[in-house]
Amino acid sequence: MAAESENLTLVQAVRDGLHSEMERDDDVVVMGEDVGKNGGVFRATEGLYDEFGAERVVDTPLAESGIVGTAVGMAAYGLRPVPEMQFLGFIYPAFDQIVSHAARLRTRSRGRYTCPMVIRAPYGGGIRAPEHHSESSEAMFVHQPGLKVVVPSTPYDTKGLLASAIRSPDPVVFLEPKLIYRAFREEVPDEPYEVPLGEAAVRREGSDISVFTWGAMTRPTLEAAENLAGEVDVEVVDLRTLSPLDEETIVESFKKTGRAAVVHEAPKTGGLGAEIAATIQEEALLYQEAPVERITGFDTPFPLYALEDYYLPEPARIEDGIRDTMEF
Amino acid sequence: MLTIRAFDTEAGDRFADGEIPGFVHLYIGEEAVGVGTCAALEDDDYIASTHRGHGHCIAKGLDPKYMMAELYGRAEGYCNGKGGSMHIADVDAGMLGANGIVGAGPPMATGAALSIDYQDRDQVAVGFLGDGAVAQGQVHEAINLAATWDLPAIFVVENNHYGEGTPVEKQHNVDNLSDTAQAHDIPGLTVDGMDITAVAEAVGEARARARAGDGPTLVEAETYRYRGHYEGDEEPYRDDDEIERWQDRDAIDSFKRRLIDRGELTAEEFDDLEREVEAEIEAAVEFAQNADPPAPHEAYDDMFAETPPEIERFATAARTTTDGGERIEESRSSSEPRSDGGRSGGERR
Ligand SMILES: Cc1ncc(C[n+]2csc(CCOP(=O)(O)OP(=O)(O)O)c2C)c(N)n1
Ligand SMILES: [Mg+2]
Repeated sequence: MAAESENLTLVQAVRDGLHSEMERDDDVVVMGEDVGKNGGVFRATEGLYDEFGAERVVDTPLAESGIVGTAVGMAAYGLRPVPEMQFLGFIYPAFDQIVSHAARLRTRSRGRYTCPMVIRAPYGGGIRAPEHHSESSEAMFVHQPGLKVVVPSTPYDTKGLLASAIRSPDPVVFLEPKLIYRAFREEVPDEPYEVPLGEAAVRREGSDISVFTWGAMTRPTLEAAENLAGEVDVEVVDLRTLSPLDEETIVESFKKTGRAAVVHEAPKTGGLGAEIAATIQEEALLYQEAPVERITGFDTPFPLYALEDYYLPEPARIEDGIRDTMEF
Repeated sequence: MLTIRAFDTEAGDRFADGEIPGFVHLYIGEEAVGVGTCAALEDDDYIASTHRGHGHCIAKGLDPKYMMAELYGRAEGYCNGKGGSMHIADVDAGMLGANGIVGAGPPMATGAALSIDYQDRDQVAVGFLGDGAVAQGQVHEAINLAATWDLPAIFVVENNHYGEGTPVEKQHNVDNLSDTAQAHDIPGLTVDGMDITAVAEAVGEARARARAGDGPTLVEAETYRYRGHYEGDEEPYRDDDEIERWQDRDAIDSFKRRLIDRGELTAEEFDDLEREVEAEIEAAVEFAQNADPPAPHEAYDDMFAETPPEIERFATAARTTTDGGERIEESRSSSEPRSDGGRSGGERR
């Protein structure tokens, strides 16, 4: 009998998740630049072409707008396309298809058309490459009504969230933290399973401050929390789904601690930190003991190499931000 | 061509050594296209490049020293060490930039050509693109605009037969990529991209045509990259035989032989040239290795013509930072409110 679980990296869990869903449902079609024969730039689709063939693992021309636009049409007529963008920074040619069409097809047709598709894209910095190869533009998609936005931070969640995303009747932007694609392993069940969308995970319980984060920033945030143990009792909440936000968990955690920080890689201005701070003020103003601290990337394009270590929040900066909030 | 080959060979080695960060896409094998094209241009003509831009830069006259510094992410590089291999730009050389976004160069070339037209200058603008990029919508938008408005633009398609790992015939329905010119009713021709004179001739004619007010031309140059798509590419999509077949037609070798046959170059002169070039590249590496990285606050430089106050506050905070976890407590201006933007964003105190 086959093993019941396997020790997988996050990118292997992506592959495993795609594999499970393709096995479950013949209408799931993976498509993108080099996803077929070559198994994808990050090898997230490795072996799928051999197993499922060129019709279900489609090598496309280099044309993001065409890829996503085609996926919209496929989704409208019964398929479940899973287009891959090689890097999140290459998604912009497809932005029109995503925001003007994928996200609106349902409401525009009064629910008669749906758009069940999952756009997968590796995002984020820390890999020593500038600009388009490192950026985190999740807020642009969160801002768009009609889209769900999901960011896993562990291999287990990756497979389960991807399953939920693919089975979701609506379009999902599925952002994969490429910095931790191969950073660590976790037991991932062979069987298909779902991790529900829209539910945050409390990764570490604490009573002094709630720190909200997601994706690749979860680990440095947890590290900062450990470093502060004894001094500050930090609760770390991994949001997992950025749209719809799990307001209940955010507010519940905040009511317990009365202080909050948000850690994200994206630039500060207009980032998701602002939305979380606003949510807290709307729902729990009277519990608030300090301004919500935002520990974020700079308001600049993602820089190369030497400046990357400053740009990205790391444990020391996160600890500083937490202390500032505690001392307010 | 020799400078490009030496530069990129060295860049590949230094990337393998871990000295050069990020991604590098080497131009080795394709030198005749960039050099042939730029040889047919005037110094003040414009080019817009691609992610595989080192060759275009050198052919357009950029200094390998500052290029190498940019690859190393050093402040003295062409983009202050913030852009790296894929973003080198130099306004003095008329080089609009390498480009991390495939297909983004041609629209800029069209715009540059429009500025030439508008201001009645005696120049042309060249947009380089790969075979893969020909599938991008914005490329066709750009060609259509230039064609409709008869702009002095030239689109040079570097058909190296692969877009990443996908062969050209899997990406396009046309036999020759130059056939796409027909859709825009402009001349399109396919030339041997391993032959520098063939490229130069074609681009020279395109330039004359553009300057005569007859609009853009699409030149497809058939070529081949000897190295992987990027350094580190495992290249499962092709075999050594195919690479060797193209190397047998190497642009540098064949041009060298032709010049020697014609008595315009001796083998000794060629060797001297090669040595000269190697010394130049070695010096460029040394320069890059010894150059400083940009300081943290420089991340905020050049964001806008006038720095907005929010960014100024970020930058001020970053100026008080030092590397290696040791914090400098530099007094922050007392006029700064406690809860301002400088508290987070770029700040590490
Ligand atoms: C919009 C966009 N999509 C995808 C990529 C990733 N990518 C970088 S180069 C490349 C292949 C480009 O092929 P081609 O245009 O033929 O140029 P070549 O690399 O062969 O020189 C791809 C897919 C990108 N940089 N930009
Ligand atoms: Mg190519």
